[in-house]
Amino acid sequence: METKNSDFRTRSAKACLDVHLGQTLKKAACVHKAKTDKAFLKFERVEEFRALAHEVKERSLSKLPELLTRLEASVRKAGGVVHWARDASEANAIVLGIAAKNHVRSVVKGKSMVTEEIGLNKALLDTGCEVLETDLGQYIVQLANEPPSHITAPAVHKTRFQVADLFAEKLNVPRTEDIGELTLTARAALRQKFLCADMGVTGANMAVAETGSIVLVENEGNIRLTVTAPRIHVAVMGIEKVVENLDDAAVILSLLARTATGQTLSSYTSVITGPRRDGELDGPYEFHLILLDNGRSAIFSEPALREILYCLRCGHCLSVCPVYEKVGGHSYGGVYPGPMGSVLTPLLAPVGEADDLPFACTGCGACAEECPVQINIPKLLLALRAKNPKGKKGSQTFAWLAGHPGAFRAAASALRGLDPKLEKTRRAPILGRPLRAWAKNRSLPRLKKPFSKRWPNLEKELGKLRDKT
Amino acid sequence: MLVLFQEARVLEVSLFVPCLVEDLYPEIGEASARVLTRAGAKVLYPRGQTCCGRPVYENGHFDQARSLARRFIDLFENAGYVVAPSGSCAHMVKHCYLELFADDPAMLHKAKDLSSRTFELCDFLVNVMKVVDVGAYLEGRAAYHDSCRVGRLLGLKKEPRILLCGVRGLELVELARPDACCGFGGAFSVRFPEVSKTLVADKVADVMDLNANYVVSAEVSCFMNLKGYIEAHGLPVKALHMAQVLDSGKGS
Repeated sequence: METKNSDFRTRSAKACLDVHLGQTLKKAACVHKAKTDKAFLKFERVEEFRALAHEVKERSLSKLPELLTRLEASVRKAGGVVHWARDASEANAIVLGIAAKNHVRSVVKGKSMVTEEIGLNKALLDTGCEVLETDLGQYIVQLANEPPSHITAPAVHKTRFQVADLFAEKLNVPRTEDIGELTLTARAALRQKFLCADMGVTGANMAVAETGSIVLVENEGNIRLTVTAPRIHVAVMGIEKVVENLDDAAVILSLLARTATGQTLSSYTSVITGPRRDGELDGPYEFHLILLDNGRSAIFSEPALREILYCLRCGHCLSVCPVYEKVGGHSYGGVYPGPMGSVLTPLLAPVGEADDLPFACTGCGACAEECPVQINIPKLLLALRAKNPKGKKGSQTFAWLAGHPGAFRAAASALRGLDPKLEKTRRAPILGRPLRAWAKNRSLPRLKKPFSKRWPNLEKELGKLRDKT
Repeated sequence: MLVLFQEARVLEVSLFVPCLVEDLYPEIGEASARVLTRAGAKVLYPRGQTCCGRPVYENGHFDQARSLARRFIDLFENAGYVVAPSGSCAHMVKHCYLELFADDPAMLHKAKDLSSRTFELCDFLVNVMKVVDVGAYLEGRAAYHDSCRVGRLLGLKKEPRILLCGVRGLELVELARPDACCGFGGAFSVRFPEVSKTLVADKVADVMDLNANYVVSAEVSCFMNLKGYIEAHGLPVKALHMAQVLDSGKGS
């Protein structure tokens, strides 16, 4: 997975200057909030179901090895093939192996974050395969040669004017800003490809251990075409996505579309069990399920961080995050942006990379309040900060002073005497940098006679006030 | 007899003075003390207060946070009600201390006791003292900013509004997105100053859209952030802390 996250600060600062991006993301956030709020207003038992969904994920993960083994057996029974991949390169090698064996020249894909995580498109393209993303947003970012900036709305950072330019340039069509026409252009370009593709690749929103089914959720029908038109279907799935039975899947489905898009259910919810059976008229001849670890077992072994494996990838936490709204997904530099990405990306990246992401959060708590499976993301971010704390010197000094009230008061008093407006201190070693950063756009407060010194007079005043009332 | 006893008893409140209030905004501490007194409480000030530990906690230094938490718990062990003019400091004591001492039963017991006695100012006035009108007077239009720690994390959305509605002369107007974060976030504000600035600019723009005279917050850090941005840009709107609003007009 590509991660160059040491520079969130530079990228986010630059993104803040992009007025179009700011307007686009704000509008998207407002629309998303209105839609999802409405969807939940109509769902009276939402809190009960969130708790239930949390419990489903907790229980499924508590018996993960058993469920995966059962899933493997069920998929085999249904005529599918199961592959186990420890990491990205193993997973890609498996897909390339299937493609080579079947003389695959062209691949159509359903939008899948896990294939972004392993860099599957590049691996396939390197072998000379044609790879086409068929989700409209994902198709747009593929044409623009960009990574998705949101896990469920990949092109949310683009205005329709930018898409109009892009389509005119790349697809050789007359430029139009009409969203309906742009969609029809993409549809026409994609439809032909579905019909001649050799292999369809998707992720999986869930897999059901009992039945050996995978569950796919979408709105455009492109995933249905991806899994039915080509002769081979390969689904890549993180191992944490397995649930025990269809009842559990139903609990998750009752929340997933509501938070992802504000729908009760997505337009298409497919439950797919194995390849085409004898006598059936459509569907692939081969079905492969790749179970990917890629760091997930390691996360599972850390109780303080395990909850991130409950994530449904609904994208809701990105859409409600104030920081994400201002900086956009590309600022995070990894495959998974926003709140869930700030937890997951550093955990999946090599040690030391992306370690500023857990700090890229104001702690507002919107993500935790809204998460359909009640993941306490701020708490996970804190746990990550504790693993790799920042501002050691400053924190140590501050904590020592705060532990010694005499010294605490003396330090503040000395500073007040020397530099009450904090002008000189701006050039000082430890305090200078944060003060300068603050003063760029905000006036600095000044040090005043402290409350503790004002108390004796205040106490007398309060006494008089009490007598009056 | 019991009724007489209750009437005779004066409600004692220990004022929890956040570090930002101690040195930068002592007037907010003074205003809080006066408002509580007017509401009928006897305000005490436990000596030796410094900081609840939130800044080091947020930076991931849990051991240092624990030692400051221990200190705070000792200081307020027999303090009765503890009231802070700040949602994040109250939240630290009420909730984060429980996380910090999750594996230390003895300390957890003490932390839970303190948690149950600790309140943010609006919460205490409305829900404990049952006061909705503290006799304040302030002329103008006020937009209330739901600080994340007050509104979302402590669940106090109606309490500050109830109190603001009780201020004579004040018209309360609602922001388009009252609970959108102002971008402070502790060290976030200086670690990612551009992002922080974009957030606070957005918040202040919403306030300006309403032609409000004041933007009011029950959180010292949001107040500092809003005030800093407004002053640096010379905007015709004033940031006020809730305690200052409730102390306006000298209770006349």
